[in-house]
Amino acid sequence: MAKTSAAKSKKKPPKRATGKSSAKPKKSAIARLDATALTDIWRDMARIRRFEERCGQVYAMGQIGGFCHLYIGQEAVVVGLQKVAQNGDQVVTGYRDHAHMLACGMDAKRVMAELTGRADGYSGGKGGSMHMFSIEKNFYGGHGIVGAQVPIGTGLAFANRYRDNDNISFTYFGDGAANQGQVYEAFNMAKLWHLPCVYVIENNRYAMGTSIDRASSQTDLSQRGASFDIDGEQVDGMDVEAVYEAGQRAAKRVRAGNGPYILEMLTYRYRGHSMSDPAKYRKREEVDKVRSETDPIKIFESRLIERGIMSEADIRAERETIKGDIEAAVDFALDSPLPAESELTTDVLAPAEEVSNGH
Amino acid sequence: MAIKILMPALSPTMETGKIAQWLVSENDAVASGDILAEIETDKAIVELEAIDDGVIGKILFEAGPDLIDVNKPIAVLLADGEDACAVAAALDEGAAPAASQPEASQQDAGPEVPCTKDEALAVPAVVETAVAQVESAPDIVLPEGTPFREIAMREALRDALAEEMRRDDDVFIMGEEVAEYEGAYKVTQGLLDEFGGKRVIDTPITEHAIAGLGVGAAFAGLKPVIEFMTFNFAMQAIDQIINSAAKTRYMSGGQISCPIVFRGPNGVASRVAAQHSQDYSSWYAHIPGLIVLSPSNAADAKGLLKAAIRDPNPVVFLEHELLYGQTGDVPDYDDFALPIGRAHIARSGSDVTLVSYARGVSACLQAADALAEIGLQAEVIDLRSLRPLDVATVVASVEKTNRMVTVEEGWPICSIGSELAAQVQRRAFDALDAPIESITGADVPMPYAENLERLALPQVEQIVEAAKRAAYFRDQVA
Repeated sequence: MAKTSAAKSKKKPPKRATGKSSAKPKKSAIARLDATALTDIWRDMARIRRFEERCGQVYAMGQIGGFCHLYIGQEAVVVGLQKVAQNGDQVVTGYRDHAHMLACGMDAKRVMAELTGRADGYSGGKGGSMHMFSIEKNFYGGHGIVGAQVPIGTGLAFANRYRDNDNISFTYFGDGAANQGQVYEAFNMAKLWHLPCVYVIENNRYAMGTSIDRASSQTDLSQRGASFDIDGEQVDGMDVEAVYEAGQRAAKRVRAGNGPYILEMLTYRYRGHSMSDPAKYRKREEVDKVRSETDPIKIFESRLIERGIMSEADIRAERETIKGDIEAAVDFALDSPLPAESELTTDVLAPAEEVSNGH
Repeated sequence: MAIKILMPALSPTMETGKIAQWLVSENDAVASGDILAEIETDKAIVELEAIDDGVIGKILFEAGPDLIDVNKPIAVLLADGEDACAVAAALDEGAAPAASQPEASQQDAGPEVPCTKDEALAVPAVVETAVAQVESAPDIVLPEGTPFREIAMREALRDALAEEMRRDDDVFIMGEEVAEYEGAYKVTQGLLDEFGGKRVIDTPITEHAIAGLGVGAAFAGLKPVIEFMTFNFAMQAIDQIINSAAKTRYMSGGQISCPIVFRGPNGVASRVAAQHSQDYSSWYAHIPGLIVLSPSNAADAKGLLKAAIRDPNPVVFLEHELLYGQTGDVPDYDDFALPIGRAHIARSGSDVTLVSYARGVSACLQAADALAEIGLQAEVIDLRSLRPLDVATVVASVEKTNRMVTVEEGWPICSIGSELAAQVQRRAFDALDAPIESITGADVPMPYAENLERLALPQVEQIVEAAKRAAYFRDQVA
């Protein structure tokens, strides 16, 4: 059986979060992107960063309740991969989900309104940070149970195969979820039935407060599909160009009917697991080092400047626009009313005559 | 514009915090994300990050043991080019909305934010189980001349599956041994031949992911029927059934429905002991977002399964292994889908109401025969649907008979009978002439030995005795 990927390769996996692009210089997919597309990638990452920073503040104001998991530091992963996705491809993830929604094109205003539990939120205030969905944007959540989204994403892929369409499912989960049993049950069926699923393991090195070395006997998570004959590779998840390249290859392969594939994204979260996590399990210097040396936005920004695609002035101006947009999202959210009390008992069951999910 | 840095609320319960340490001084330039201070909460010390680029204009509280209210400004961050006037302006601005704050402790509470505390939900005194109270649809009226066939329950279920698969290409069945083996209990006989491997799918023995994969397919609009070889094994999958299938419609504000059926044998089997012999009815009936059906005979099995497959909601369909071979007259009619949430009066009577479902119904009917011999006319209600529960039909019966006995194989604590007793005493308290009797399985794991197994299960004689107690019936002393 031919294995072209890194799965069987003996060579050392790329050093994690080095900031060096693992993208090959020769005729890469990213090289075919024009200035507008590259600027969009930068903007999407910067926008997510700003959104998440504001989330942290709005949480601190007491306007976001409960659990709130920020994506700061991991922006390159979902932005790079969403540039690969085609119309109709599905996305599903766990509870660190705000960025996935924005990258899928969901409205920042309504995401923030949901975070603040307001009527205009995507779930009318009933889901909150961890449970948001958009059929229109093919975003299937937003799941609060660690690993539960993996069989669900596999089921979305199953539906693509059942319908014999060209779509694929991007199923995201973390290094912590990678130890859940149902992940491997899903891997088995996905490979057995050649389901079009890209499994994206966002390895940010910590499952809540437990570092990957303390939780995983095999820390090269790209090899977690080996028992099921699913190939995979490690990718520098701090480098959006490397993410895009690897995503293009994986998506092409999966879309062509070759079954599932694993992308392990080596990334890092700057903040604690959730807002109430003081992150005492790692040293401040570790975070500072990643932030100063391998920040995904800074790295990409300096490349764009170097290549003359954006100027520093462009970036400053863009940042102001993003600030304004996110501010507008916060204002919209805080102006949105709480859900009507009558909403307490709606949306439990679908009316019997309903046709499911627009199909 | 100058920005006030507020004492952050770092957990839903935090009301005050202390500044453990400032890591910046006044006039320091900071970038968004830089650590400004360490804040000590009741649980931990948490780092406070700058919310924007700028210069620290003023530190309002030094580090120390003082407790500072959440949302109180602790410093002011100036934008490039701003001076001390901006500090004063920022703090003044904060005072304005304070006047309108009702609580004195919040007088300089910073940006005006709607206070959700003051608008605490007025929780209705009784949150009616809205779903359980739906007006049930009328019972189905079969067209004149509909033929009936005498078939076993397993064949009735098979016919329901086959008819619905013919009707809708999105319906498929998946589970362990459903295809080539034709079902561990032979419910899926002939389906692989007719529909092929694309729609009749053998799975590995992985209940959790089968359920989750089915949920994902249902989110995408397909209509999976997931067979569990028995519901005992669905325990491996219960997270997906409850957390994913049942709750997503609510959590998505009505956007995503999950048209899936989880079906298979439930309840006691014969001599298989504790892990393979259990009634899960009350477990699933507890869950909002699920529909739970449990047929007692072949015709209902067909009519209810067709309704379950057509319904846009997740349905837990509890079959009974010991009823699979029981035969009955089943209508041969494509649209024979029974209304969900509607109980069936299996026998009319005036003296005592016996309520059950699944295999308990035939026990109640036998008890009713025995009771008739001593002059007590029992009404037997077959619930058919455990969620929604047709309490109205039960109450109407109790208003007529003034007595009720509930019967089930499940355990007594938090059982279907407990729920019926609670609802009936609340809605028909004045109609009751005797305490509500409940006959259940014994409150023990199912034993293996034949004699102990019998003792652990509801018996017809127990139902008869309970009905006699409820009717204050005294046996003639010879």
